[in-house]
Amino acid sequence: MTAHQTIKAPEATVAQREMTGAQIVVQGLIDQGVDTIFGYPGGAVLPIYDALFQDDEANGARLRHILVRHEQGATHAAEGYARSTGKPGVVLVTSGPGATNAITGIVDALMDSIPMVVITGQVPTHLIGTDAFQEADTVGITRACTKHNYLVKDTADLPRVIHEAFHIATTGRPGPVLIDIPKDVQFAKAEYFGPKEVKFSHAYNPRTKGDAAKVAEAVRLIAHAQRPIFYTGGGVINAGPKASALLREFAALTGAPVTSTLMGLGAFPAADPQWLGMLGMHGTFEANSAMHGCDVMIAMGSRFDDRVTGRLDAFSPGSKKIHVDIDASSINKNVRVDVPIVGDCASVLEDMIAIWKAKGYQANRQALDGWWRQIDEWRARQCLRYRPSDTVIKPQYAIERLYALTKDRDHYITTEVGQHQMWAAQFFRFQEPNRWMTSGGLGTMGYGLPAAVGVQIAHPGSLVIDIAGEASVQMTMQEISTAVQYDLPIKIFILNNEWMGMVRQWQQLLHGERYSHSYSESLPDFVKLAEAYGAVGIRCEDPAELDAAITRMIDTPRPVIFDCRVEKAENCLPMIPSGKAHNEMILPSDEADLSTVIDAAGRRLV
Amino acid sequence: MSDTTTQPASAYDMPGVQEVENVATFALLVDNEPGVLHRVVGLFAGRGYNIESLTVAETDRRAHTSRITIVTRGAPHVLEQIEAQLRKVVSVRRVHDVTRDPNGVERELALVKVRGTGGDRVEALRVADIFRAKVIDTTSESFVFEITGASPKIDSFVELMRPLGLVELSRTGVLSIERGAEGM
Repeated sequence: MTAHQTIKAPEATVAQREMTGAQIVVQGLIDQGVDTIFGYPGGAVLPIYDALFQDDEANGARLRHILVRHEQGATHAAEGYARSTGKPGVVLVTSGPGATNAITGIVDALMDSIPMVVITGQVPTHLIGTDAFQEADTVGITRACTKHNYLVKDTADLPRVIHEAFHIATTGRPGPVLIDIPKDVQFAKAEYFGPKEVKFSHAYNPRTKGDAAKVAEAVRLIAHAQRPIFYTGGGVINAGPKASALLREFAALTGAPVTSTLMGLGAFPAADPQWLGMLGMHGTFEANSAMHGCDVMIAMGSRFDDRVTGRLDAFSPGSKKIHVDIDASSINKNVRVDVPIVGDCASVLEDMIAIWKAKGYQANRQALDGWWRQIDEWRARQCLRYRPSDTVIKPQYAIERLYALTKDRDHYITTEVGQHQMWAAQFFRFQEPNRWMTSGGLGTMGYGLPAAVGVQIAHPGSLVIDIAGEASVQMTMQEISTAVQYDLPIKIFILNNEWMGMVRQWQQLLHGERYSHSYSESLPDFVKLAEAYGAVGIRCEDPAELDAAITRMIDTPRPVIFDCRVEKAENCLPMIPSGKAHNEMILPSDEADLSTVIDAAGRRLV
Repeated sequence: MSDTTTQPASAYDMPGVQEVENVATFALLVDNEPGVLHRVVGLFAGRGYNIESLTVAETDRRAHTSRITIVTRGAPHVLEQIEAQLRKVVSVRRVHDVTRDPNGVERELALVKVRGTGGDRVEALRVADIFRAKVIDTTSESFVFEITGASPKIDSFVELMRPLGLVELSRTGVLSIERGAEGM
């Protein structure tokens, strides 16, 4: 009978491995190490939701599904989850409106290089193209805003597509990958294959190791620099905690100052004396001045975004530029560089440090001392100072106190988009990577609240705060309901100035103080709103009571909406006006003549 | 674009800068799957690159690959960016800059309908002979010519046919391959 058994055994295996498309999705996610999905059910994904239900019954909750209130919330929550853990965020939504609602978060993930896998339901294969109920050309719509996407028409392709999607989303420059699965493909059966058993159909193979000769040339330039600067970005965070550790080591070896983009905050500790603060439009005077005056710039995982460079023809005119980026198309796109290195930041930094040590390079202490004296002069301008007040809460003060009262706790910060986001970047001092979640490239108002949901899911015991504006937060306000449902004690710290602050600031500076539709006349009572959702509402408008109120917020083990009433007309400074160079910043002391600092040409720019 | 300054003020002003533009031909080997042409064309449309001509067809059924030849125009740094962006598309296997390759060969095929009688008709036939165009259809008052060659040759042929009664023109767009024994 042994012969009989040996013949039967493989057949049994195949039978076990035969699953419906929906079960393949669930099994594929589990085999990819996914523990959480953010989603919203609908007609075209019901088979997958059924498979989730049955898997929960059979195997316990291996795959936790977080029910959001809007599909955009699912994508931002997945981004928050991904950015705070380094793992891909997973989204499950239905066809048509489910998919189109998810678009904003997908584009956001593309712009900010967040690994994300989005699974969308689709109408059955035979109905595609008939304008069926809840049909949308999801792969057509998302082709331009995903790293890659798939329409799966045969269940047999599903195991390969799922594993390939995770591979593409998480390697190279990370980004969103979408899998559109028609309902009949979810019902049909096929054999399941695990991640190591499938053969990828694409020749995708991103380069991570920097060119050795280029890396050596870069290190030689850095060693001989008189006025070097590190200009680091989100690529360092994406390269993992090791990249941040290596950046710290290399910065210490070279003695060079470090500045960072919005996306890169936390890779280098704000407490380090070599830290200059963020650069760019609302960056510090010392960071922008040092970028303008440096002789060797080491751009590490940053992409010379227009918010960073300001006026391109006057951008750091006298420097040799080294650019390390995993995405070859980011190099020489906006700014020509002298030493382009395509590679992963961690890998290249490791090689740089090895060469520095092997060659016995020493930082040029004499030149560096002069450079640091110059930087200290810039620092002495105190570009972030603001007029304190005893009667009204200054937004900068609110962030300073929030930082002071939370810095010793295990904390994560998300933001919405606008003035509050810039103040958070300026005044909250990040010491570690993956602690700061913000929408940089796309600038999505409404990002912070759902992102906080995703972060809190991944870090249940940590303090997760969304630093928000009263306008932004209303775009995805309904996700507080998600937080209440899952007992997520997120804190929504609203700097409430009743204005779309950044819009108001631009209208003041650029449009003759004509405040067109930037004032919110009918704001909700945020305390009552919190209570209506089953969360806790706190309001504070007196600077003297702020510390106590923040402490109360921190100590509340439930979701909190904190309505922090702040100075209404405060401007976010310093600022590089549109069309100006890094050395033409408006500082707080120039505020009196703000309306004259931007010329006609600058007014045309974004 | 800004008319008050002559220098670019930010990334938003970059397209306004007057720069010397070159023509470039890129040959792409892509995975033959639905939507792959849209990925390439959408990239050009979305980033504001020009497409002067585009040809696409499956070239290897077993390997599931198609070849796209795309002719574009732009400043050198734009062409460099186009190539980098094309390489980033997951479905694109190979990108070859045919224009910068001294061994690159480019050809185009055109079908040209000319209507005329008498002297014009004779002249059309004579010009076609010089250009080594083939007559693939004729009526008592018309010809359809088939001509292959580099695009400038086809341009000159068409210009010569215009006064002789050019009625209709159909061009494939540029195809390319490398001289020598090696494949792409």
